[in-house]
Amino acid sequence: MRTPSQTVGPFYAIGMCRRPDNELDPGGVELAGRLLDGRGEPVADGVVELWDPAGRRWGRCGTEDGGRFSFLVPRDVPHLEVMVFARGLLRHQLTRVYLAGDVPAGHEALVAEHEEGALRFDIRMQGENATPFFEH
Amino acid sequence: MTDPYEGPVVLPDDASLGPEVQIDYPGYRSTQWRAPKHPLVTLPEELHALEGPVFGEGALEALDNDLTRQHDGEPLGERIVVHGRVVDEDGRAVRGALVEVWQANAAGRYRHQVDRHPAPLDPNFSGAGRCLTDDDGRYRFVTVKPGAYPWQNHDNAWRPAHIHFSIFGRMFIQRLVTQMYFPGDPLFPHDPIFNSVRDPKSRALLVARFDLAETQPDWALAYEWDVVLRRTPVEAE
Repeated sequence: MRTPSQTVGPFYAIGMCRRPDNELDPGGVELAGRLLDGRGEPVADGVVELWDPAGRRWGRCGTEDGGRFSFLVPRDVPHLEVMVFARGLLRHQLTRVYLAGDVPAGHEALVAEHEEGALRFDIRMQGENATPFFEH
Repeated sequence: MTDPYEGPVVLPDDASLGPEVQIDYPGYRSTQWRAPKHPLVTLPEELHALEGPVFGEGALEALDNDLTRQHDGEPLGERIVVHGRVVDEDGRAVRGALVEVWQANAAGRYRHQVDRHPAPLDPNFSGAGRCLTDDDGRYRFVTVKPGAYPWQNHDNAWRPAHIHFSIFGRMFIQRLVTQMYFPGDPLFPHDPIFNSVRDPKSRALLVARFDLAETQPDWALAYEWDVVLRRTPVEAE
């Protein structure tokens, strides 16, 4: 039996955001977006973590600024793995963002939008356009 | 019908709901607009055997594992040692795992601008630490016992004393963020976050054990708490 998950709560920044960790690739492209709840309101007490499995690069960004997160990510990878933590979220959620190339069936909603030289990817916890999250 | 988010705070135990945390647990009201409600999508096959990030000593600063020595003076409160092992479901040590902790001070106040609890901040306590597990999966922190504190979930709501833990296992899907509680806390039956884990046996895994053998005479009580992560897949051995 494994240890169960609990929420990061509202004060995660003390332990998880002590230093800026949002540059997976300092020479990369900006990937930015917002973390939104089921009413479309920003989740301003959440954390997004990214993992580039190809280049083994990791990053993390809190969403205190109006639910916004931003990263510098490598330009040359097909996708990044995404983890979402928040107050009110008792277990973290897994999803993925596709930056380029082929997208598997069922993952069409996980493609980042290209916007003026940057990439945009909002994460919606609930609702009609909710982000697909993976079973884990 | 009563809106479950406005109804009783803690539902009776129902082990049939399974050992996992119930992410849309109505007693914890903030889940209402944040817990995913759509059916989850099948985990991409390659994630089962995907390794996660590895953090070396570069992720650590001096005294990161001793929260009582990060300032000029010592923090107020009951000095404690919190230690244990990070293992997988087969009991195998998870080595080199980054363990991050954060907590309230002894008065139940976090050093965070959002915390409005009218309890004193302690100039000698930041409440954050990090360490890497050793070859046997062991971690160890020195800190002070955090206080209980009020929150706005429901009338007269108080969180039991707890330490937040964030752990990176070796595998990507072994990632875990959770909370460690102290044995015998009278607030357990009243806390919806603790009770969001519906199976009592699973919930008990969140509670540390008082450890007299590791208690340091004339210095600090010790608590032992092991963390069990998801099974490491065979192909990753």
